Amino acid sequence: MADTAIEPMAARTTRAVSVTVNGEAHAAEVEPRLLLVHFLRQTLGLTGTHSGCDTTHCGACTVLLDGVPVKSCTVLAVQADGREIMTVEGLQQGAELHPIQVAFREEHGLQCGFCTPGMMLTSVALLQENPDPTDEEIRWALSGNICRCTGYQNIVKAVHHAAAAQANEGGS
Amino acid sequence: MATTEVRGLGHSVKRKEDERFIRGKGNYIDDVTLPGMLHLELLRSPFAHARIVSVDTSRAEALPGVVAVVTGELMAQHNLAWMPTLSGDTQAVLATDKVRFQGQEVAAVVAESAYVAKDALELIDVEYEPLPALTTPQQALEDDAPLIRDDKEGQASNLIYDWEAGDKEATDRAFAEADQVVELDTFYPRCHPSPLECCGCVADVNPATGKATIYMTSQAPHAIRTLFALVAGLPEQNIRVISPDIGGGFGNKVPIYPGYVVATAASLLLGKPVKWIEDRTGNLISTGFARDYHMHGELAVKDGKITGLRTSLVADEGAFFADAQPSKFKIGLFHIVTGSYDIPAAHVAGHGAYTNKAPGGVAYRCSFRVTEASYLIERLVDVAAHELGVDPAEFRVQNFIKPDQFPYESATGFVYDSGDYEKALRLALEKLGYDELRKEQAEAREQGRLIGIGLASFTEVVGAGHGKEYDIAGLRMFDSAELRVHPTGKAILKLGVKSQGQGHETTFAQIVAEELGIPYEDIEVQEGDTDNTPYGLGTYASRSTPVAGAATAVISRKLRDKARTIAAHLLEASEDDLEWEQDRFSVKGAPDRAKTIQEIAFAAYTDLPDGVEAGLEGVHYYDPPNMTFPFGTYAVVVEVDRGTGAWKVQRVVAVDDCGVRINPMIVEGQIMGGLTEGFAIAAMELITFDEDGNCIGSNFTDYLLPTSWETPAFELGETVTPSPHHPIGAKGVGESATVGSPAAYVNAVVDALAHAGVRNLEMPVTSAKVWEALQEAGLAE
Repeated sequence: MADTAIEPMAARTTRAVSVTVNGEAHAAEVEPRLLLVHFLRQTLGLTGTHSGCDTTHCGACTVLLDGVPVKSCTVLAVQADGREIMTVEGLQQGAELHPIQVAFREEHGLQCGFCTPGMMLTSVALLQENPDPTDEEIRWALSGNICRCTGYQNIVKAVHHAAAAQANEGGS
Repeated sequence: MATTEVRGLGHSVKRKEDERFIRGKGNYIDDVTLPGMLHLELLRSPFAHARIVSVDTSRAEALPGVVAVVTGELMAQHNLAWMPTLSGDTQAVLATDKVRFQGQEVAAVVAESAYVAKDALELIDVEYEPLPALTTPQQALEDDAPLIRDDKEGQASNLIYDWEAGDKEATDRAFAEADQVVELDTFYPRCHPSPLECCGCVADVNPATGKATIYMTSQAPHAIRTLFALVAGLPEQNIRVISPDIGGGFGNKVPIYPGYVVATAASLLLGKPVKWIEDRTGNLISTGFARDYHMHGELAVKDGKITGLRTSLVADEGAFFADAQPSKFKIGLFHIVTGSYDIPAAHVAGHGAYTNKAPGGVAYRCSFRVTEASYLIERLVDVAAHELGVDPAEFRVQNFIKPDQFPYESATGFVYDSGDYEKALRLALEKLGYDELRKEQAEAREQGRLIGIGLASFTEVVGAGHGKEYDIAGLRMFDSAELRVHPTGKAILKLGVKSQGQGHETTFAQIVAEELGIPYEDIEVQEGDTDNTPYGLGTYASRSTPVAGAATAVISRKLRDKARTIAAHLLEASEDDLEWEQDRFSVKGAPDRAKTIQEIAFAAYTDLPDGVEAGLEGVHYYDPPNMTFPFGTYAVVVEVDRGTGAWKVQRVVAVDDCGVRINPMIVEGQIMGGLTEGFAIAAMELITFDEDGNCIGSNFTDYLLPTSWETPAFELGETVTPSPHHPIGAKGVGESATVGSPAAYVNAVVDALAHAGVRNLEMPVTSAKVWEALQEAGLAE
């Protein structure tokens, strides 16, 4: 049996965290152990980021930290201090959906929707790096995000769909 | 068929539910937050079998932020230490006497935050006296095995049930007269549905009114409400179960779990909302797993025809018999094991045993053990074909039930509704280029490469009831639909089932669109709130479309009948002189004299004929006259690496016949998801235990799920053989691919090695197992 002495709540230290989330600045005092996923969901009320496995395997909690996909269940909120975060709530601009959102809907790239925010954010990061990926490149890029419903084929199609839409946008 | 404007059957319209999901605006259980809400965490047993000597909660209670610590003893004071299961057994809510599996719930902490509650778990001191753990049913059924369920009066052994179906004597005669008998012993290992969202609830018992509102990850909210009323002794009208958006279910979210009960009890005692969110390890080690089924099968063959089938089965049910399955059928619907074949005599015998493992068995897209049955027959047929030296495709065709034999009564008592098995098989072979592939396989073998082709021609039985034969915990397996058409011609459809990703909000609106002519965009589908939807048994075992879909079609037709009466009044014509087309009644021969469903709906509230009740609303409870029998053929091509035993899927062709398809896009999505989970079970997913009963597979490092990288690409095809008894001819499709595909993958790997004498490989077919087989067969590089 663990006999660890645990500090009372009041004695627990907190740290100041300032982050920009979806373009908006936020500051909060948090426990150093607070996970980024919980900071986003509970402190900021952005519940689009989901937690699925607790161990960095499933990718449901994926957000972009300074543009790079990270699994927010194994990042501490304090590690995000001074940095920029994008969550699923930041994809839509005004009334306009992000091309990846349109693509997931059009290609039936989601069923229960639980993995979808993480899948879309990883896809956005991929397309920024590689605007015209092959099937294999998409499958490799998404291999840290698990989907239990779709069998991935329509997700791969959705990423192609978004790539084509972004190419058209860029060309016009 | 309706036109694209109405978008009824056969249209791949985009899903309505996606609008919130793609914006991150779904409302899953962990998104539910209520004012003053407390957080509950469960302490789980580290031992598989141990007597509880003492539980000391004093250190945990002293931790600031902790509101209460709940033990089995406290639950017992309220008569809630045990609860009934959905299969007529009992299960400990919080252990009082013994723990019976690793991960069993022992105590709970309610605190101001989940972090503090987890801290406090480490401060609960439990003294255990370990007992020997029984980790296989064979061990558990030995004469001198320790008794796991010593809590049950009259329980003298670890045997739960004996069950049989079919005709033993006729089967014995078939075997006595056979030219050849083919046997297979195989084990369908324990795996886990692992929906990406774990289980959880938010229980909110209002201290002033006594009303309990319980938000819960449940695939069957109505049945759960009734059981809660019975367990807790609460008046049923005071219990409201709400299933919010569910992040995948696959049968994992049908049973009642201790966390739900403890959180509700805690809310009742504390007068505050209490949230319990399971972590992944808790999900993997304590909730509804799948399979763990030991099977022996024999086929009697005479003149190339299968004349008899005999099976004996042993089910590992874990420490509590907690399957949600039809109560009269202790081995589920395993007796569908004759599959797609015309087998005159069959006998199925099985028994179930308690072990020191988590309870469950029938979850994971399986329709009550249809998955195990399909696997056994499709493996047996392949082994028989290889032993007889017949092509596995042709051997199947020779033995298929023929189209003119439907309705077909199987030797174990099912009446198959419709099918054309050869057509589906031939289409799969054609898409695959089967004959050419067999040649390539032979050529490759000459060059030292191992290619395998595997087939599975499955038949499922889904869509339970009818209610006389099929019930869960006494509740008959009907389902319901309530349709309200508003004065402006828009509608709300309320259902007793609950989507977990299947797209009900779209599909069921399309059924109404087809039947009543209201555009599908104008129909809102509501599910999951027991205060606001009609009673139903829920979504599992591929039953939503067969049962609730039928209820939806029937209530739509009933409202159309009423619409005819109103239209006749508006058009000043006789009802007999009216004809219906898509969305309107018109006078025969005068199509200009017509009233649309929207005009009729308005009149239902504003301009009614004398004596006609106002409104255009109704509810229908549908009790299916029979089950439905989806079928198909899956074909898989693999290449095996002779150096490492690794195998790679090169092609998957899936031809499904699920009757009439409502939304083909959604149907194909269901099939591809199932093909992936079937691949996962065949290749990698495994929950196993060491000899002390420690669960190996308690996180996603040990329990492997396929990612986009391993998952093959799929080529889909369809045939359509409508169900003759279903109002729109649909059969259900959610589980076809998990039922049918594991055998196709395994048959393919075995086929690659069969020429060297390999006849069986056990799931999951890991590289290590294949490597050993290669060594033994002299095929290793």
